[in-house]
Amino acid sequence: MWVLSVNSLSKNFGGIKAIRNINVNIEKGNIIGLIGPNGAGKTTFFNLLTGIYSPTSGEITYNLDSKIRTKDLKPHKIVHYGIARTFQNIRLFKDMTVLDNILIGFHNRFKYGIGSAFLRLPSYYKAEANAYENALELLEKFNLLDKKDELAKNLPYGDQRKLEIARALAAKPKLLLLDEPAAGMNPIETKELRELINWIREAFDLTIILIEHDMSLVMNICDEVLVFDYGNLVAQGTPEEIQNDERVIKAYLGEEVEEC
Amino acid sequence: MMNKVNKKILLGVILFAFYILVHVLINTGIIDSYYELNLVIIGINIILAVSLNLITGFTGQFSLGHAAFMSMGAYTSAILTAKFNQPFILALLLSGVVASVAGILIGIPTLRLKGDYLAIATLGFGEIVRVIAINTDYIGGAIGFNDIPRYTNWTWIFASVLVTILLIKRFLNSYHGRACIAIREDEIAAESMGVNTTYYKVLAFAIGAFFAGTAGSLYANYFYFIKPDSFGFMKSIDILVIVVFGGIGSILGSVIGAISLSIISLFLQGIPELRMVIYSVILFVIMVYRHKGILGKREFKIFKSRKKNRKKVEFNVGAISK
Repeated sequence: MWVLSVNSLSKNFGGIKAIRNINVNIEKGNIIGLIGPNGAGKTTFFNLLTGIYSPTSGEITYNLDSKIRTKDLKPHKIVHYGIARTFQNIRLFKDMTVLDNILIGFHNRFKYGIGSAFLRLPSYYKAEANAYENALELLEKFNLLDKKDELAKNLPYGDQRKLEIARALAAKPKLLLLDEPAAGMNPIETKELRELINWIREAFDLTIILIEHDMSLVMNICDEVLVFDYGNLVAQGTPEEIQNDERVIKAYLGEEVEEC
Repeated sequence: MMNKVNKKILLGVILFAFYILVHVLINTGIIDSYYELNLVIIGINIILAVSLNLITGFTGQFSLGHAAFMSMGAYTSAILTAKFNQPFILALLLSGVVASVAGILIGIPTLRLKGDYLAIATLGFGEIVRVIAINTDYIGGAIGFNDIPRYTNWTWIFASVLVTILLIKRFLNSYHGRACIAIREDEIAAESMGVNTTYYKVLAFAIGAFFAGTAGSLYANYFYFIKPDSFGFMKSIDILVIVVFGGIGSILGSVIGAISLSIISLFLQGIPELRMVIYSVILFVIMVYRHKGILGKREFKIFKSRKKNRKKVEFNVGAISK
């Protein structure tokens, strides 16, 4: 069953064609790797998927709880549809505690109104206590429980990445978009991250799309790899197929020049 | 857990005792009308500063139009009490509502602007309100609005300050308030976590404007007389100074800022020629040595358990009620 279908998607910024005519279907439960040289359009593709940009042409369709079409994609609504993302340059709420960061992840699950907040009606206490417990549970799973009262900006880099993923998972997504989760990590941290991603896929029943430059990570955990180059989808296949694909080698290393 | 509830009761008792004490002192004449006037000004400044802090300090929207909301509240209250003889409680609430509606109307188009641009737009809004007030004869125009009945007294001021602080604190400790703080921290991330940023910015603006409107009402019904120039650009700056001085993003900071700045300018009235110089120097020194304000982001620590976690306290209370 597919969860995401992209049909002839294009995005232009003035004269720059950042994304050109992309067609792809994403199957449920897979981990999809998105690779390509810098400026290939990977993050633009994510921003299109999450409604931050609207496409110049083409159609994005999600098949989650309900069918979601391009025109319904608004950045603040995608979480509601079951899509959550992290960012290339970590975007935590730096001056809020780790716990409060997670609680923002629960935002769209709260229902009580402003009056309830002002008057502290029972619905306030019930919802807040419930979210608090869920947040602690989530933090425990990510080994961040003992740091719950620290400000997010004071966490070490690896923990900040983890917290951002935990925050995204708090929204109970079905599809998780990770933008360079291993950026800036050392090999040991990357290995931990690999285990973490595998684990959250099972534990939270997720479909994951990740942009990554670290080939050891991509080739080890992805079921399928998409290769972008100059806004085009140049190759698609299993990691083994991709590693031997001429177009991919060309995109990364350039063409072989015939000797004179 | 019990300790926490006890502390809340203790705080309530202290506040009530303070209220009674001042009330008695005013009635016996120990606090004369001059000091009472200053108490009223301090109270009004606290309401203005705390409500502006919600907009600027917590939601991160730099507004220079706060005095305009106050002026709308003041004129609404003046019209209702002086021209229509309505009860003060109704005038007070309606002042807030009118300012709040204005906040929503001005917020929807301007809150898509950021930082300096928003500041300029709100500044323009403040001037528009002032110029309209000057040119409307019904409310006295540039001469001002006279003969407003005096209803504001210590009880009204004390209750209004308390309600303002309590409601804004409660708002900030709810998911709505967390969404506002998240917008200040990172708008794009907040949006991607499902926070409707436009809605929450306008909401913070509306709530802040509401309390500014009530502050205006308290002001109008204390001083008998209001004029458009009292609510100009400089008044907005004064409020902003209190917020920055006390600490952006700290409610207790705004309270302490309002009290200390009012007291400082009270003492400096004895030396009028140097007053603004010394006032400015004090602000300068504070900003150089404590650029995050007196309290930074710290909150009501005294009344909290020694543990760092502020949420925990809230939730323990919740657990009892469950």
